[in-house]
Amino acid sequence: MATYDGDKGKMLTRRAALTVGGELVMSAVLMGRMYYLQVLEADRYKTLAEENRISTRLLAPPRGLIFDRFGKPLAENRQNFRVQVISEQTEGNLNATLEALMKILPLSDGEIQRIRKEVRRSRNFTPVTIRENLTWEEMAAIQLNAPDLPGIIIDEGLSRFYPMKEKFAHLIGYVGAPSEAEIEKGPPLLKLPGFYVGKTGIELQYENKLRGKEGTQRVEVNAVGRVIREIERDEGTPGAVLPLSIDMRLQNIAYEKMKDYSGSAVMLDIYTGEVLLLMSTPSFNPNSFTYGLSVDEWKDLTTNPKNPLLNKVLGGLYSPGSTFKMVVALAALEAGVVRPDTKINCSGHVVIGNHRFHCWKGSGHGDLTLREALMHSCDIYFYEIARRTGIEKISAMARRFGFGAVTGIDLAGEKAGLMPTRRWKELVRGEQWLQGDTCNTGIGQGYVLATPLQLAVMAAALANDGYKVTPRLTVPENRNPNEHSGIALNLSKAHLQLMREGMFDVINNPKGTARVAKIDINGKLIAGKTGTTQVKRITIKEREDGLRSQDELPWEERNHALFVAFGPTENPRYALSVVIEHGGGGGTTAGPVARDIMAEALKLDPAFRPTYLHTKKTGK
Amino acid sequence: MALSSLHLRDADLSLRDRFFRLSWGYILLICLVAITGFVVLYSAANGHWKPWAAKQFWRFVLGFGVMISVSMVGLRTWLKYAYVFYALSLFLLILVSVFGHIGMGAQRWISLGFIRIQPSELMKIALILALSRYFHGGSLQDAQSISYLFVPLIMVAMPAVLVLRQPDLGTTILLTAGAGVLFFLVGVQIWKFAALGGVGLLSIPIAWRFLHDYQKERVFTFLDPERDPLGKGYHIMQSKITLGSGGFFGKGFLQGTQSRLNFLPEKQTDFIFTVLAEEFGMVASVSLLVLYLALIFYGYMIAFRSNSYFGRLLALGLSTNLFLYVFINIAMVMGLLPVVGVPLPMISYGGTVMLTLMFSFGLVECVNIDREVQIGRRGAYDD
Repeated sequence: MATYDGDKGKMLTRRAALTVGGELVMSAVLMGRMYYLQVLEADRYKTLAEENRISTRLLAPPRGLIFDRFGKPLAENRQNFRVQVISEQTEGNLNATLEALMKILPLSDGEIQRIRKEVRRSRNFTPVTIRENLTWEEMAAIQLNAPDLPGIIIDEGLSRFYPMKEKFAHLIGYVGAPSEAEIEKGPPLLKLPGFYVGKTGIELQYENKLRGKEGTQRVEVNAVGRVIREIERDEGTPGAVLPLSIDMRLQNIAYEKMKDYSGSAVMLDIYTGEVLLLMSTPSFNPNSFTYGLSVDEWKDLTTNPKNPLLNKVLGGLYSPGSTFKMVVALAALEAGVVRPDTKINCSGHVVIGNHRFHCWKGSGHGDLTLREALMHSCDIYFYEIARRTGIEKISAMARRFGFGAVTGIDLAGEKAGLMPTRRWKELVRGEQWLQGDTCNTGIGQGYVLATPLQLAVMAAALANDGYKVTPRLTVPENRNPNEHSGIALNLSKAHLQLMREGMFDVINNPKGTARVAKIDINGKLIAGKTGTTQVKRITIKEREDGLRSQDELPWEERNHALFVAFGPTENPRYALSVVIEHGGGGGTTAGPVARDIMAEALKLDPAFRPTYLHTKKTGK
Repeated sequence: MALSSLHLRDADLSLRDRFFRLSWGYILLICLVAITGFVVLYSAANGHWKPWAAKQFWRFVLGFGVMISVSMVGLRTWLKYAYVFYALSLFLLILVSVFGHIGMGAQRWISLGFIRIQPSELMKIALILALSRYFHGGSLQDAQSISYLFVPLIMVAMPAVLVLRQPDLGTTILLTAGAGVLFFLVGVQIWKFAALGGVGLLSIPIAWRFLHDYQKERVFTFLDPERDPLGKGYHIMQSKITLGSGGFFGKGFLQGTQSRLNFLPEKQTDFIFTVLAEEFGMVASVSLLVLYLALIFYGYMIAFRSNSYFGRLLALGLSTNLFLYVFINIAMVMGLLPVVGVPLPMISYGGTVMLTLMFSFGLVECVNIDREVQIGRRGAYDD
């Protein structure tokens, strides 16, 4: 053996042994790490692997349907077909597929650009929507040509549809994509593409009931998010069905009568407070909001002087005019400054303080009792009793009837109106309350402002012997149609009876201001009160030159026409208020509208029929 | 056969004799690792032979031929041409840095038309061969003198710098570590390693400036993989999840959700170990490690049965090199080392590495066949 191998060989053996030892130690470290990862921490990593693998997706619940009180559909969910493209299935040629599709479904350059952009931005297995709301014909044509359209798919979804269109726009409202703020504080469901929430009206008010509970779908996904298979599915709970107190037939007739005006009408069941009719005109088609609104349409809706987007029943503020005279009369009677048989002379004008007040009838009414004053709607009589009663007592009575405060109807956007007092004027306007202000309030003009809904509540309270009801749009399950649901106003029954007699004369007495509104439905009559409020102050010069007829004035300078009514006169059940903006005279424009609606209500008598909710409950 | 002769020469053994002197136990272990590789690659492709397992099989068959061919050449011949082989590899390395194609953002291979050569892989073997020859020729005193170490250090430094410039950190580490082991084995004093280590530590701030951004990122990611789980730490996090979720017994063959659903990018190459560990659990990960250790220690056994210093050093060096591969790869996928791009031998999908490994197994077999051959310091038959 060679000598050099001696020391050298021993060293090699020693160092090799050390290497083996080192390798064994390092292998032990590896095995320790395996034990740590695969045994000690295994549960944690198993959970993480499951989280990787399983993706939980939300499923949108179908939105609750809305019916009228007898089960007629007002808001439905319609099948919505949309055409989509999955780029990885276009056989590598998106352009060819789109060109083939364009032979069936013409696409604008803008649309094509948007599609290309979205395709670039999304993963190649994610469907990109080409167009929504296909017609049935378009959908059929696409499906027929499916072999020539690789990567094109038809997807079904639900979209909100309002079959009554304009007739229920303000009441039902509409749905739309949730705003950034809503998404931020709302549940994750709102982040689903194409998920809509209530934006106005009932859709907004009852959003929580109508929305339902989201379903979930657990799917296995791969690293790039492609769904491999579905593991489990929970459909969630559809939104609750919502039957309203509205009678669609009354709504229909109101729309027919009012669609060309700018106005509003609302009818209440005077016992339950159920709203049977709620109409604001001009209206708009709420389906436009679901299916996309063009710029022109939107511009038209927002700049129209008749303000189609405003629900005037709750959001319109008007001087109540002569419809307010019952409140003034009741305040005067309760204060004892006038008795039912007190006569006051009307000479056509009166000077109070240093101001000359005119009656609407320049020649004057002569001596009048309270009942006659209501029938003629004599202004002089009410200037006088208002002066005697004083603003504080009038204001207090008006507040009892609900003026100056929201009625509490279950619909958003309600305004409180204004019922002035001395203190209010001093605080807000910094001026002394004048006696003339009291006189103006006495005929429902001046500072007092009311919504048509407040007028209907007032009419209901007059008709139901002094109970202030809270208007409601839904029918309670334990509804008792013959029980007062309102708050007792503690008014004298005799005084209320006198008011109703006066309102009876307005329509049924040949000298009444609303003779035109007289009807007789199988012996059932109605009672009411007109109101005509000036939009523009009449100058002395105009009065001297002779008043021009309302028809000659430009539309926006004409008077507002108001009307409150109840019926039937025996055992009343329905209270109605109608306001026609710039309609001219209360008796001439608002009266006939109120008459026709009342006639329909008396014929149909919806308050006494079992509602959809109750027929369904008893299984009839 | 009279094989106890002290003066056995290469020529004394016919090819037939050489073939029958092959260590079949060693070959069996190699085949077991390779078969494990096919199974795991089959699973990584969701239960398909394509695209990886089938190709890997044919590479193994080719590699098997290379291994047998290499073992048929005499050990003396390998000694004789060791420097030539090294020079050729170095030349090719220089060539790729000049003409090399761009692959994976780095210049690594030369295309010869029908085959692509990665000179850095050839260099792993060439360096061990050349160093083994160098140290074969010296005494222990030589090995322990600094001046004698100058030449082998240059032999290591040249390819290491070239490979690092490609840039291929994984191969650089394997080259220098593999060479370092040889220096250790021949008896270079421990204090010299310590001194070199000290110098190395001091030069880290300087070296840091030469690292590519992606290499720096890998170091950051290694230090704190969870700070950016969807970005740079993604590989390490998912690798650990894949391993850990396998548990003790695994999820079952073809049942690995992490690999089937592609949560592990490039799972067929550097991260292949996790595919096995996910589906067969800790049982399999420990078993595979033991199998590798058996193969490595078998190599050591062959080394110590060899009569020549060259043969011993060669078999020791190549087997230790295999251990480095295994250790770095597994430590890397388990988050113990930064991700440097070292494949799992015989199992990671990849052609050149497979052929290089089979080449080195062939050399170990050659040492085994020529275990009785004695080689003089200068490569003569006797001193």
